[in-house]
Amino acid sequence: MNLDLNSIWFVLVGGLFAGYAVLDGFDLGVGALHLFARSDIDRRMLLNSIGPVWDGNEVWLVTGGGALFAAFPEVYASVFSGFYLAFMLLLFALIFRAVAIEFRSKRPGATWRTSWDISFSAASILSALLIGVALGNIAYGIPLDARHEFAGSFLSLLNPYALLVGVTTVSLFVMHGAIYVVIKTEGELNARARHWTRNGIIFFVIMYAVTTMVTLLYVPHMTELIRAYPVLFVLPVLNVLAIANIPRQIHRGREFQAFLSSCAAVFALLALFGFGMYPDMVFSSPDAGNSLTIYNAASSAPTLKIMLIIAAMGVPLVLAYTISIYWIFRGKVKIESHSY
Amino acid sequence: MDVLTLSRLQFGFTVGFHYIFPVLSIGLGLLLVIMEGMYLRTRKPLYHAMTHFWVKIFGLVFALGVATGIVMEFQFGTNWSTYSRYVGDVFGSALAAEGIFAFFLESGFLAILLFGWNKVGPKMHFFATVMVALGAHFSAIWIVVANSWQQTPAGHHVVTSGLATRAEIVDFWQMVLNPSSFDRIWHVFMGCWQAGAFFVISVSAWYLLRRRHTEFARISLKIGLMVAVIASMTQLVSGHSSAQNVAENQPAKLAAFEGHYPSAAPADMYLFGWVDEANGAVHGVKLPGMLSFLVNGSTDAPITGLASFPPDQRPPVNIVFQTYHVMVAVGMALILFSWLGLICWWRGTLWEKRWLLWVLVVSVLLPQIANQVGWITAEVGRQPYTVYGLLRTSESLSQVVTSGEVLSSIVAFALIYALLFVLFIYLLNEKIQTGPDETPEPEGHRA
Repeated sequence: MNLDLNSIWFVLVGGLFAGYAVLDGFDLGVGALHLFARSDIDRRMLLNSIGPVWDGNEVWLVTGGGALFAAFPEVYASVFSGFYLAFMLLLFALIFRAVAIEFRSKRPGATWRTSWDISFSAASILSALLIGVALGNIAYGIPLDARHEFAGSFLSLLNPYALLVGVTTVSLFVMHGAIYVVIKTEGELNARARHWTRNGIIFFVIMYAVTTMVTLLYVPHMTELIRAYPVLFVLPVLNVLAIANIPRQIHRGREFQAFLSSCAAVFALLALFGFGMYPDMVFSSPDAGNSLTIYNAASSAPTLKIMLIIAAMGVPLVLAYTISIYWIFRGKVKIESHSY
Repeated sequence: MDVLTLSRLQFGFTVGFHYIFPVLSIGLGLLLVIMEGMYLRTRKPLYHAMTHFWVKIFGLVFALGVATGIVMEFQFGTNWSTYSRYVGDVFGSALAAEGIFAFFLESGFLAILLFGWNKVGPKMHFFATVMVALGAHFSAIWIVVANSWQQTPAGHHVVTSGLATRAEIVDFWQMVLNPSSFDRIWHVFMGCWQAGAFFVISVSAWYLLRRRHTEFARISLKIGLMVAVIASMTQLVSGHSSAQNVAENQPAKLAAFEGHYPSAAPADMYLFGWVDEANGAVHGVKLPGMLSFLVNGSTDAPITGLASFPPDQRPPVNIVFQTYHVMVAVGMALILFSWLGLICWWRGTLWEKRWLLWVLVVSVLLPQIANQVGWITAEVGRQPYTVYGLLRTSESLSQVVTSGEVLSSIVAFALIYALLFVLFIYLLNEKIQTGPDETPEPEGHRA
């Protein structure tokens, strides 16, 4: 590992996607839990808990996509054309999710609201699942030819390993979303969210353990870098500690610290994934020689340098907006006249 | 149908549908800044109610813009991956800059604009409104820069290594400030301002016709008319300048605007017509030598015609001719309507002129039409290239995507977007029927 321009961009693009997973992760999780809230008022509480922030959270995905296009156009081109139907499904899910949030509370009718509730929840679960399936395939390896074109089919993307990573992603976001609901709500809904959190943690820990075992057994190239640099063991340890810390903090009534722990767990998991992939970006199987790496998939050095200047100017601004917005909208949700 | 035709249809349809919404959020953004600015200056509850009302509509428009916009960010990769490999080094940077500099700004402050009424003071709320409007404009700048590079590529060189050929940046600023960027950004801005202004004008005129919310409607209408006059007049200058730019940098496109075939002869301007592409002739009503005059200041200046280009380097002429002429005609109509409105307002007769108010109600469609056909002119006029002179559209496709896959996605988009459009109109109508909340006490604001 040497920190050249390409590696810096690997970290930056990874950082944008990790930011997406930490932030949109909880609102996808809230969406997955949406139908578990039975009453209209509880569902409105859930929607309004993410109301001011979900759109900004999704910008991390859009900007991550833009940065991937700019820094690693070969990855952008190969993955999006190769996973055509899967990405179309993801786009449809994200469209339905966005309009469901906006449309639901515009009319009082029960059928109207229930339809959008189902759309919102199903689209959230499907989005999380498809994101995980894509990651699972990239890690497991997809058939790429010498021109880096995808040589598999849509059904070959739905292999057991990819689906396993997909379900693990759903479980991660459910846990993360449940803790977010805990910090944003009071009273009975808060108690239910604590219950969801406990079950979410159990769900995630089981999936995490299974995925780890399967990865060790069947996807050995994901662990090469960790074998070479044992210091990286700190990541899975950090991950486990962060998750173990969640129930402890909730028990002590420190809801916010519990949420930070969950953020750290998501982040550590993404970092583990990144180190597992490095320096590959898309693993090619069976012909590993056709893999997309941070070198053969990258833009030219001048472009990476220009983009680094753009990032140096933009990232502090982005962090400033993000932190300000979360600060302004801190505290428990209240339903007001302009709420969803 | 083949993958190429289907992918072009899908891109055209999804970007056309998406483009209904950003023009409104950019234009309404400016009007919101004016309205809330008036509130801060005068502290009149009316301006507060006005801002509140338009913010709600802005929120609905924005949500549809976001939902349909995310498709665009990824469609270069899904359907045009060869294009993406070729241009990523250049085009990708503009797209990434849009995300970093525009989308985060816009979405962050949008939260305050929509939900922050009770969380921040009036000045901070106004600041958020300004930032949202600014973010929307920044986003237009970067995406138009990216598209302008496709029209008039600059600041790059073409590199071949191994199996791959691609464009790489040599000079970033030359790429950003490519020959058509400035003209096209202004042209797009004014198109958006017109869309926002006529939207406000239309709703206000309708309230006046129904004698509802009269005071609110009169002031909204006045604000809308002022922006409409300024934007429509500026658009006249910007349109002229854009056409001169096209004459200099994309002569085949300019020739297609007027169906001008002779390789070097004075060119006419048609009021309307039909291009007979097989025989290289136009049937219609023309002003002789007018195109030459507008481009070069003399009615007998020769203009490069389509005959100077081999048939496989010409755009489809009749489509470009028709969309261009609709755009220009609508532009003229918008100038006329905005001045008519303004003059009648000055003479104090506007509120009684029901026919004119009805014209203004319907006029909301005109900037939408002009924006759509304007983009068709720009994009079809660039054919047969995705990057003018560098990369052909037929060579830009994804290699691995099948026609069955594109057919299924295009059908799904058609169904979903039809549903969204119906719901958008339905909810918009409901908001307009409900109208502004004119309770005298400005609710919310923390003093």
